[in-house]
Formats: sequence, C-alpha cells, structure tokens
Amino acid sequence: MSDEEQHITEVGGTGVPIPGDDIDTDQILPARFMKEVTFDNMADYLFYDARRGENDEFNDHPLNRFEGANIAVVNKNFGCGSSREHAPQAMMRWGVDGVVGESFAEIFADNCKSLGIPAITASYEEVTDLQEWIEDNPDGGVEIDVETETVSYGDTVIEGEIDDAMKEALIEGIWDTTALMYSNLSKVEATASELPYVKSD
Amino acid sequence: MSKNTLYDKVWENHKVTELPNGQDQLFIGLHLIHEVTSPQAFAMLREREIDVAFPERNYATTDHIAPTEAEKRERPLTDGEAEEMLSALERNVSENGITFFGFESGKQGITHVVAPELGLSQPGMTVACGDSHTATHGAFGSIGVGVGTSQIRDILATGCIAADKQKVRRINVEGSLGEGVYAKDIILKIIQELGVDGGVGHVYEYGGPAIKELDMEGRLAVCNMSIEGGARAGYINPDETTYDYLQGREYVPEGEEFEQLKEYWESIRSEEDAEYDDVVTVNVDDIDPLVTWGINPGQVIELSEPIPAPDDFESRTEREAAEQALEHMDLEPGDSMVGYDVDVAFLGTCTNGRVSDFKVAAEILEGHKVADGVRALAVPGSETVRQRCEELGIDETFIEAGFQWRRAGCSMCLAMNDDSLEGDEVCASSSNRNFIGRQGSKEGRTVLMSPAMVAAAAVEGEVTDARHFFDDETPTVTANDVEEVAD
Repeated sequence: MSDEEQHITEVGGTGVPIPGDDIDTDQILPARFMKEVTFDNMADYLFYDARRGENDEFNDHPLNRFEGANIAVVNKNFGCGSSREHAPQAMMRWGVDGVVGESFAEIFADNCKSLGIPAITASYEEVTDLQEWIEDNPDGGVEIDVETETVSYGDTVIEGEIDDAMKEALIEGIWDTTALMYSNLSKVEATASELPYVKSD
Repeated sequence: MSKNTLYDKVWENHKVTELPNGQDQLFIGLHLIHEVTSPQAFAMLREREIDVAFPERNYATTDHIAPTEAEKRERPLTDGEAEEMLSALERNVSENGITFFGFESGKQGITHVVAPELGLSQPGMTVACGDSHTATHGAFGSIGVGVGTSQIRDILATGCIAADKQKVRRINVEGSLGEGVYAKDIILKIIQELGVDGGVGHVYEYGGPAIKELDMEGRLAVCNMSIEGGARAGYINPDETTYDYLQGREYVPEGEEFEQLKEYWESIRSEEDAEYDDVVTVNVDDIDPLVTWGINPGQVIELSEPIPAPDDFESRTEREAAEQALEHMDLEPGDSMVGYDVDVAFLGTCTNGRVSDFKVAAEILEGHKVADGVRALAVPGSETVRQRCEELGIDETFIEAGFQWRRAGCSMCLAMNDDSLEGDEVCASSSNRNFIGRQGSKEGRTVLMSPAMVAAAAVEGEVTDARHFFDDETPTVTANDVEEVAD
C-alpha cells in the first residue's frame, strides 16, 4: 500500500471557458476512444469531435485557443451521462487542475474527487462573467482556493461552493479513498457477514 | 431527511463506518465488471500489490466492445484494440478468481441484462458497476450506482465505495397505460416532466399503480433511465412480481433459503409511514407513445405534441439547448415527429434488450418488411435473451422482416464495436441516450423510443404511431392531427 498524502488547497493558472449546459461525457470523451486499457493517451481525445471541423482540422473550440490552461470554466450539469472516468482523466491529462461551473453531474463530480481535481460551483452570472473575462484575458490568472471556497481572477473574488466531502478530502489529502477504506477491512467483513444474502452463500 | 424508506434501510445495513471526509463507507454486495472501465482499476491494484477483497461478490462479462456479428467473435478479434481489452479482462478475472461470462459461456451480454436474468441482482443489495446504467438493478429494490474507475479500484480492494447519502424523491406514477404504450414511455414521460438534471442529488423511488402493474422487464427499463433524469439511482419496492421473477433463477437459492431471503426482502421495503425529501406525481393515463426530438433525453414529446419552439421554454438553458437540438436534428417547431424519416432501426441495449422487448417488436414485424433503404439491427441484450428468443422462433420473424439478427452486446447504443451510424443518418433507437455523437457519428441523429415504435419505424421508414399495427380500435396519432393543433 502506498501511503502518499497530497494536500490540495489551491490550484490555479490560466483559464479555459467551455461554455454550454448539459455537456455530456460523450462529448468530453467520445466512446470510440475508450478502447484502450490505460488512461495514458486520453488527453489526445478530449472533446475530440467538438474540437474538429471540416476535414478533421482544429476549429476555434476553446481548447484549441487556450492551450496550456489549468482551470476549466463550465456551465450547468457539466459531465452528465456516462460514468466514464475517462472524461475527467482526459481533462486532467490535458492540463486541467480545477473546474469552476454552475453545476456538475454527480458521477463526474465523484470522479473529480477521486482524481483530486477541485470542482467548485458558482452562479450563472459569476460563471459567465468569468468566462467572458478569460476570453478577454487569455493570459490572466484564475485561482481556486479550496479552503475559502473562492475563485479569484483580476480584481474579482467569487464566493463559490465546494461539496463538503470533496473539500475535506482535498485539504486533508485523503482523496485516495482506497487507502482510507482499506484500513477498515475487518469492519467491512463484519458488515458483510451480517447481510442475509452474503450469509446464504 | 428521508426516513424508513428502502433506501434508508439498505444504506444502513451496508454502512461500514463514517470516513474522516464525512462520507460513508458502503459495502457493495454485487460488483459487475466489464472490459472498458476496469483494466485501469486492476492495474492500480497491481501497482499497490493489493488483492481483490471479495472475489465472490464480483462478476464480469464483456459488452461494450463485443462484436455482434457471429463470425467476428472468433479470437483473436479482428479489432486489435477490442482484443486487447478483452484479453486484459480475461487475465484480470482469472488472476483474481472472479466469475466471468465470456462468449463461450452462453451467458455473455450487457451487465445490466445478465445480472438480473441470472438472479444475481436481488432485493436489498447494493450493486455497483463502472457504468452509469447500474441504476437498472434498482428494479429489484436494491441500490444500484454507477461508479468511475477509481471507485472500481476501491471496490476491488475493499469491497466498498465512499459515498454520500442522497435525498429520496418518491415518484407516484398514477394511471394506467393504454395498449401500445410501455415502461419506456413512462420513464420518458418522467424525464420530460422532471428534466435531465431534476434528479441530481436524489435517488428516485418509483411507485404507484402504473409501476405496480409493470412486469420485471418493464421495471428494469424504468429504473435503467434514472440516470438520464439526473438521479444516480432509482428503485422500486420489491413485491410478489419481484419474488416470482427471482424464483428458480440460477443464482437464487431455493426452498428454505429462498423463504429466509424473502423475509429479508420484505423487511427492506419502504414503510407505510416512510418520510421522503420530496414527493411528486406523474400521471400516465392516456399518454401517447413518446419520442425524443432533440439531443438529450429530456427533449421528448408524446406523439400527439408538436415539436416545441425554443421560446416555449422558460429557462435560458432549455431555450439554448432547443435551438441547438432543432439545428442538429433538422427539425422545425410546430411540426410533428410522425413522418420523420429514419435510416436505421436499432433494437436492443440495457434499456430494451430483453425478451419481452423482442416479443412486442416481433408482433409488429409479423407479416411486414423493413422499408427499403432502412438498415435494421436486432441486438439481444444477452446471449441468454438471444437463445430464449430463438427457442420462441422470434429470430425468424426478425430475419424474415429484414432485420439483422445479431449476437449480444451494447452495440450501436454507443458504437464501441463495428455497429455505428454513418454521416447524418437518423436512427430510431430503443436505447437511452440521444447525445450528439453517441451512436458513433457526430452528425448522426438519434430518436429514442420504445421497442414497438422502433419496429414500426423500421417498417414505415419513418417515425410512426406503432399502435396502428395492432388493430383498428386503438387510437393513433397522425402528423396532420399534431400540426393542426400546432397551427
């Protein structure tokens, strides 16, 4: 068992706006690129179809214009659809260290937590203002402070919200839930042995 | 806070402890594994030198990349990437002592079709799988959740997930379905009313007369699409329909043991005085078959309704989504979906790939032919389903009508095998997602509907009211009816 602890209290860098509501994981990482047994190449497939226009050439999708960005700024119900961790894995491997959005689909948020990617929510106005600001200031810094649940850019500070369990996990460096739960294995066995359907095996 | 619901009870008896991050450590009674989301998790386990904690509570099969043409299932698979994934899965399950339903077993299929029909999914369990449609298993009165790969690693290593308890919304489905209207229409109606993100933060408990009347396969279809409504899990309290279905299945104990389990199953039902965080009513009396017109499952109408205009929606979100949908689908507000030309008919998936789905479609296909120029695929959800259909002679009806009768897999639901839409083809599909690109082509267009509607669309070459295939008495909707109302 590795026992590494990694506290994540702040993430920042330049931003990339990815506008649109209900952006599903089939758009973030089209299924045909999941036919690999590792996540290693997933960054290459991030928004593969959306980033390409006629003749498969790169279009003006934000990911093509904001190469090297660290903070993705998204809208409502981002990451809905399938459970594929390939989606946040691809974003992380592309360079995304944190996500600001109006809201996130649950499994997507869970996957972000598993990967140590802070996902912070803010209002429609706050998010769209930030998206516009990034368009005007592609080299400007955007920072997510996990402890204070804020997003800072230019002269603005957004009071956002981070799910309690995610915040706790990131700050305490306990987002690796395998290590956390592995230490309770004897309790797990006790719980399992009380279940009628386990007993009947 | 909900109280005395099935969700509360099952959660409580699977809760191991509270974790320092405030989440609960929840034991998973049944973990289903497939080739796409698991290899990375097994690799992480190897890296950490951890064994699988409860191998006997894990079952694996192959579905997403499974070729559905018999000759393409010879090993090694012609698709090198698919072969690599399948080989990795075979190695992982064999090294860890996990039961695997491969092509040779005769039981291979989509996880959410295989586990119910073998009796692996039972009431009062927690079920997890690296697939968002794990909500399906809630049809038995269990908590079924889709998980990501890191959580698969958690389950393999510890038998548990770290999870937050959700709110419980009771959905009373009132009324009774007319002929030619099915479980699929119920769940599409629910999503139409509550939206694609209405369920976020919630688990759905489906109940009421219309749910009570459904057989298990119908209930599986309803729970399956909970995630399309934003709810990570959805369930139905177990009853005699559930117990009758389970009795005699391969993994269900018999005799005294069955009776003892049944006592447990009865004990986890929501109490009469259960408290819910929210209660809503959806009436399905006299609803017409539903079809999607857009690019998310919430963009759905009854056949008698006209395609809406962006301005019909109150929220900015929905207006923008409607504009994008109309453009992608090449549709006009006020028009009817009846008469929308289809190029492909696809019947199958974890939503509607069960024996009853093929039966109802076969009734419509009997004595008819698939329209010229329509490519029609019937893909059983599992090899067990396929064999059962073949025993009943249903395969003959499909083949005579001009359908391709395939082997089991996820197939064109997400096109990870060779079954894919081409260009801007329109697909009448019994699947669960109409997202752009979902069926393998980014210009492709998906219209979600019930299996009966898929069969009818295959025959007519356009979206049509399947009820006119039954008898002259059953009311049907035509495009003229709808457009007159819209004008």
